[in-house]
Amino acid sequence: MSFFKKLKEKLTTSTQEVSQKFTEGLTKTRDGFASAVNDLVYRFREVDEDFFDELEDLLIQADVGVTTTMDLVEDLKEEVKRRNLKDPVAVRDALVEVVAKRLQEDESDRELNMQDGLTVILFVGVNGVGKTTTIGKLAHQLKSEGRSVMLAAGDTFRAGAIEQLQVWGERVGVPVIRQTEGSDPAAVVFDAVQAAKSRNMDVLICDTAGRLQNKVNLMKELEKVKRVIEREVPNGPHEVLLALDATTGQNAMVQAKAFKEATNVSGIVLTKLDGTAKGGIVLAIRNELDIPVKYVGLGEKIDDLQEFDPEQFVLGLFGDVFEDKNEGALTEKEDTNEDLA
Amino acid sequence: MAFEGLSERLQSTLSKMRGKGKISEADVKEMMREVRLALLEADVNFKVVKQFVNDVKERAVGQDVMKSLTPGQQVVKIVHEELSNLMGSDVVPISFSQKPPTVVMMVGLQGAGKTTTTGKLANLIRKKHNRSPLLVAADIYRPAAIKQLETLGKQLDLPVFSLGDQVKPEEIVTKALEYAKTNHHDFVLIDTAGRLHIDETLMGELENVKTIAKPNEIFLVVDSMTGQDAVNVADSFNEKLGITGVVLTKLDGDTRGGAALSIKAVTGAPIKFVGLGEKLDALEPFHPERMASRILGMGDVLSLIEKAETQMDQDAAKELESKIRDASFTFDDFIEQLAQVKNMGPIDELLSMLPGAGKMKGLKNVQIDEKQLDHVEAIIRSMTKHERANPEVLNASRRKRIAKGSGRSIQEVNRLIKQFDDMKKMMKQMSGQMKGKKKGLGLPFF
Ligand SMILES: Nc1nc2c(ncn2[C@@H]2O[C@H](COP(=O)(O)OP(=O)(O)OP(=O)(O)O)[C@@H](O)[C@H]2O)c(=O)[nH]1
Ligand SMILES: Nc1nc2c(ncn2[C@@H]2O[C@H](COP(=O)(O)OP(=O)(O)OP(=O)(O)O)[C@@H](O)[C@H]2O)c(=O)[nH]1
Ligand SMILES: [Mg+2]
Ligand SMILES: [Mg+2]
Repeated sequence: MSFFKKLKEKLTTSTQEVSQKFTEGLTKTRDGFASAVNDLVYRFREVDEDFFDELEDLLIQADVGVTTTMDLVEDLKEEVKRRNLKDPVAVRDALVEVVAKRLQEDESDRELNMQDGLTVILFVGVNGVGKTTTIGKLAHQLKSEGRSVMLAAGDTFRAGAIEQLQVWGERVGVPVIRQTEGSDPAAVVFDAVQAAKSRNMDVLICDTAGRLQNKVNLMKELEKVKRVIEREVPNGPHEVLLALDATTGQNAMVQAKAFKEATNVSGIVLTKLDGTAKGGIVLAIRNELDIPVKYVGLGEKIDDLQEFDPEQFVLGLFGDVFEDKNEGALTEKEDTNEDLA
Repeated sequence: MAFEGLSERLQSTLSKMRGKGKISEADVKEMMREVRLALLEADVNFKVVKQFVNDVKERAVGQDVMKSLTPGQQVVKIVHEELSNLMGSDVVPISFSQKPPTVVMMVGLQGAGKTTTTGKLANLIRKKHNRSPLLVAADIYRPAAIKQLETLGKQLDLPVFSLGDQVKPEEIVTKALEYAKTNHHDFVLIDTAGRLHIDETLMGELENVKTIAKPNEIFLVVDSMTGQDAVNVADSFNEKLGITGVVLTKLDGDTRGGAALSIKAVTGAPIKFVGLGEKLDALEPFHPERMASRILGMGDVLSLIEKAETQMDQDAAKELESKIRDASFTFDDFIEQLAQVKNMGPIDELLSMLPGAGKMKGLKNVQIDEKQLDHVEAIIRSMTKHERANPEVLNASRRKRIAKGSGRSIQEVNRLIKQFDDMKKMMKQMSGQMKGKKKGLGLPFF
């Protein structure tokens, strides 16, 4: 089956599945991006160097980053040559295909690595990206799937951090293991693991203080927290999730690399995608690092967390483009031709 | 993966051109391409980059870059100047109200650093301007936001005005201003909830608060790691509220911080402060030319030097500098340096300010674990006076003795000596770079 048929089918059969929230959250992103692509496509009658230059700008504007953008556009050029594509609409479709492929590479492991016994999930990331909030949302999700969940208040540093997690614990209705501000995070996590074991919990989610990746001592502290989990739980931690703010620019890549090195990050949560930031960094991360994106954050409320589905993401990102192609686009293009004739 | 700085980029472009004699206009174009890429990698918005590169190109062609023997340096200089100019020429102080209290409103996206900066600013205002600040907890949405501000208030021993999270921000602010007047607080800082610039309802709330509070300053707090979207955020907040200044947070990280340029370009509002850490004294005035260096990947040398200067005894610094120059640095100096360095704060923070720190072999090998300083000290103290002054005599049997004496392993001793050698090499390099500088500066390169 051709790629577009498959996507079209997915589009029609899974429209209902494509959750309302996800679509809503991505509307901004998609509208901005898709309409820019459309603008681009209609402004150029022929696919020439200028076209690709503009396309480059578009991707860079979405925080995809220079390197990945160049790669992507290079691929696209090749594809255009190989298929002997001439008109911009066909090129646009090739763009969608290339992007989707990139995002689908690691389809296999975007689900959480859940254990039969205790599953321990460790959250890491720089300051203010949304770790604690995501923990609240994830706890809610796991609990509503029928699992028993416990939270560990491993951020003992930032003012009000423990209380913040406590509020989330109450909202979700799960216990929070905490010590006083300023205590050793590794000790809190140790306590929490013991508590989770003795209370037969399914999942323990550990919060940690935000830290910038260039702070050597803080990264060491994080390694220590992870070691405690390794020692106390077989094969733990089963997930190390890195929270990345979708608003972040190229530094997100540096973050991903540093946290991966320190804690062997197993997945990424891309937060704040409900803003106007395009989240193009996902492409760069897929391209340059071997870490799958597992979730996206789409707001501050308890159910504003969605599993990252690359196809949904592409559909969301390029939804209008598809509709155009299958319905309006051709007529529009014919119109243009007539106008010019 | 630190990105290549502009200097390195131009260097490699120029080396490709070398041997062709003079630089052509096409070569200038090629260099401008490098400027463009460097700025994009630094997260400057692509539209801002376009405009900027056009301006620079004009200057570059107009001036004698093409005839210059060092066209790369010339371009870096022009770019640096233009960047600094664009970001403002001088440090812009807080504007105080004629009639107290002065009111400052903090606004911005979620997690940008508003609450932390509110605490830092209150601290600074009290210390430097001798005012009596009142912190106002107007974030009723984020879990434990009030508690966070109250904790900061307690740490600073400053009052926090709060009516809990069941009262509207408008009302909180109204009451807070009354409270400030009756209690003689002449500086009021309003911490608002983080919000998306496209959230009509919450942006409307800020407009209401503004109407009530009539703030002297509305500070947009922006995360320095922000990417291309910074222009949209800054533009919306500015359009709705008319921001009077910007605070750039988390600059203690390793981001290039190109957002600074984007924000300045779209709002015209001056960047007034930068956040350099989570602690409550980590707020400093914004320096455009330092930011320019940083965006261009030239390292925040000036900040490092300033930090070193304030911490180091001037005479000791001079002496050290001459030692660095002629590379007569010994283990005795080293141990003295250790003491200095310990006074200066976290070493990794200092190192991250060094230009190209990531690339220097000598630096990479140096362990930055603070606890290890004690081990290093123990090792050096186990050396004889003669050995300390003449490290080259440290043969295998001496090393073994030192290891025993200090209770550290022989490998550690070897490593330290190796690092010391590396460092000396590095000092030689650096002293070459420092020769151009007027002032006598001692940099404790540990
Ligand atoms: N709009 C939006 N806001 C979010 C999202 N996730 C988190 N936030 C907000 O971002 C801010 C910071 O979130 P936290 O969960 O405290 O971030 P953190 O990483 O734990 O922060 P530190 O512990 O201080 O490093 C809060 O105001 C959250 O409500 C999201 O997906 N969308
Ligand atoms: N390293 C570093 N961290 C900072 C700086 N400023 C703030 N932070 C951290 O960034 C995180 C978010 O800071 P907050 O002050 O809670 O941010 P906020 O804008 O009030 O967040 P919301 O109220 O949720 O919108 C916290 O972990 C702070 O400690 C800074 O200059 N450097
Ligand atoms: Mg947190
Ligand atoms: Mg806050």
